[in-house]
Amino acid sequence: MLSQAVRWLTEGRLASFSGGIRPPKQTQRTLRSRVMATPIPERLIMPLTIYRKQERLTPAVRIGEAVRKYQCLATHLQDPDLILHAPTSGMITAITRDVLEIQSDGLDQALILCGNTTEKITQADILQSIGRAGIVGQGGAGYPTVKKIRLAASAGVKVLIVNAAECEPFVCCDEALIREFADQVVKGAEYLMQASAADAGVIAIESDKHEAIAAIQEPLKASSLTLRLLAAKYPAGDERILIKSLTGQEIPDSANPAERGILVQNAGTAKAVFDAVKLGQPSISRIVTVAGAPLKTPKNFSALLGTPVSDLLSWCGFEHEGHSEEPSAHLQHTDHLKIIVGGPLTGRRADMFCESVQQTTTCVIATDKINFPASGPEHACIRCGFCAEACPVRLLPQQLLLHSRNFDEHNLNSHGLHSCIECGACAYVCPSKIPLVQHFRQSKEILRDSAAERSESQLRQARYRHWQTRQGRTARRQVKQAAEPERETPFSRENARSEIAEAVARVKEKKSGKRQ
Amino acid sequence: MLPLNEQLPVTLLAWSAILLTAFFLGLRIHRTLAAEQQKQNSVVELVHAELPQTQCGRCGFPGCLPYAEAISGGEPINQCPPGGEHLILRLARLLNEPPEPLNPRHGTPQAEPLVAVIREPECIGCTKCIQACPVDAILGSAKTMHTVLTSECTGCDLCVEPCPVDCIDIVPAASQWTQRPLNRYAISRGLV
Repeated sequence: MLSQAVRWLTEGRLASFSGGIRPPKQTQRTLRSRVMATPIPERLIMPLTIYRKQERLTPAVRIGEAVRKYQCLATHLQDPDLILHAPTSGMITAITRDVLEIQSDGLDQALILCGNTTEKITQADILQSIGRAGIVGQGGAGYPTVKKIRLAASAGVKVLIVNAAECEPFVCCDEALIREFADQVVKGAEYLMQASAADAGVIAIESDKHEAIAAIQEPLKASSLTLRLLAAKYPAGDERILIKSLTGQEIPDSANPAERGILVQNAGTAKAVFDAVKLGQPSISRIVTVAGAPLKTPKNFSALLGTPVSDLLSWCGFEHEGHSEEPSAHLQHTDHLKIIVGGPLTGRRADMFCESVQQTTTCVIATDKINFPASGPEHACIRCGFCAEACPVRLLPQQLLLHSRNFDEHNLNSHGLHSCIECGACAYVCPSKIPLVQHFRQSKEILRDSAAERSESQLRQARYRHWQTRQGRTARRQVKQAAEPERETPFSRENARSEIAEAVARVKEKKSGKRQ
Repeated sequence: MLPLNEQLPVTLLAWSAILLTAFFLGLRIHRTLAAEQQKQNSVVELVHAELPQTQCGRCGFPGCLPYAEAISGGEPINQCPPGGEHLILRLARLLNEPPEPLNPRHGTPQAEPLVAVIREPECIGCTKCIQACPVDAILGSAKTMHTVLTSECTGCDLCVEPCPVDCIDIVPAASQWTQRPLNRYAISRGLV
């Protein structure tokens, strides 16, 4: 039955895009076991910054305070939709500028949730529930979901795309999510459609995720959403690439897709929306892939937010020389062992001291020598053009590299560096092992800095002009005053008295004249 | 000698040729001069746009625009300490000149952004610093305490000298740590 369904679906045209790469998936071993709920970790580290550290939350609790599960821990001062909840009960042991630490008591005492039991759920109800639950996009950037929906709704949203295309090697949290919670994802997606008043809804899955495709057939029958299959290429799951391959529309770099009437939400976000709307449950957990060759049993965990990465690794039977007995105590990056958070191509190295699961954490990878060889020496560019073929946004990475090395601002802009999505496909295919994407990231940062500096200097110039005109005015006034003759009678008490007496006399005269 | 009626057209032709040549030559000269002037102006504008607009006068000129004009007139490009090596490289590329290290006579390059801070209990409210500040970053009025708007302050230290009670300090800006100094370093060393 499964293969039949798959054949039927894969016969249709796959949505695809130009370029891209096909790295080995490496997800079979992880997908062998089902999604497992984690035990309650001893300590949880809740980050107080969200959306690429641009927004900062203010703690609503104090050190030493006992908190219960689902209790509000921190909020944003201006925006009530940004909120953080306690994933379990325990005591607050530390609050710093960036993180908040909870020592869990293991009892998991929860506040009572108030779910939505009514048959008819309105658009306002959904938006309110999503806002209260503090849901942010689970795909990558972590943009607050309510804001995105509002932005799309105000632009007149045409289509909702549920992004279940995780195209990077090792990452399989969305596949596991759909395999096991398909009906909840579909329900959540319907709520999202209702909230944004979208005309159509699409669930996008890569064509090689057979189990997920088979599992979602049943719930889709009863819903208004449709399934679209994507070519199994990297980076099919990137927001702009996904829109391009599904609708053929290219979103310019300067615009937000939501402003153009296309709302893209991650499958994990849809599940979180279902929990928030139906159960009233705040966003306190997500599915995280923990994978890599050094792990005995790689798994997908339904992990509480704030679970330290080292705990996740130890629950998967992490073994490595020097780290075998107590991994959480002294886990360190070495030449061959690195802990990567996020996918292997776009992820970053974990900060082993306080890295924890956040709403945007898709994957934790322990690296090995074979899959992640140490980067060798960089060779000269031989102009093979593989990078230009691989680039999904059709840039010319070799030219960009040249201009990045020279830091030629004009040419970097005219070659469209700002459109680079930093997917790393160019660096992956480069036979000379040039870390192209690192060069581009740095150049982008420098361009951003110099633009900021330029606008600052323009402001300064404007202020200077104001100052200059004012200086000129003062100088003219001084010249004028110097030219004027001195007051004939300098101010003195006597003069003042006589002046007052004169004035009084004048007034009296006037009054007497009136009477007559 | 040719008769008059025969001579006239020739003379006319000769005169008209001379006048026309003179006219076109004059037009040409005028255009060249105008283009030269415009080029000069645009060089001044381009250089001025690159300068950091701190108006600190450390280059020896009273403000950034006079220095830009001086550069277009042949002054060395390595006299701006707030711009540092980053600026010298950009100007060198713009003007097609060899870059030279910053002239130490004008100061050392700033390693990090600086701001002025008034020790407020000591301020007597003389408004001298307000008058000195070229970017209007000091707030206050006579006989009341003054304070520096740190977001607008460029750290040029022009306000330090006029203060009669020496209550102004130049300190590193307490802004968020950014990549900017590192990027500048990378550019100046040709690492990117």
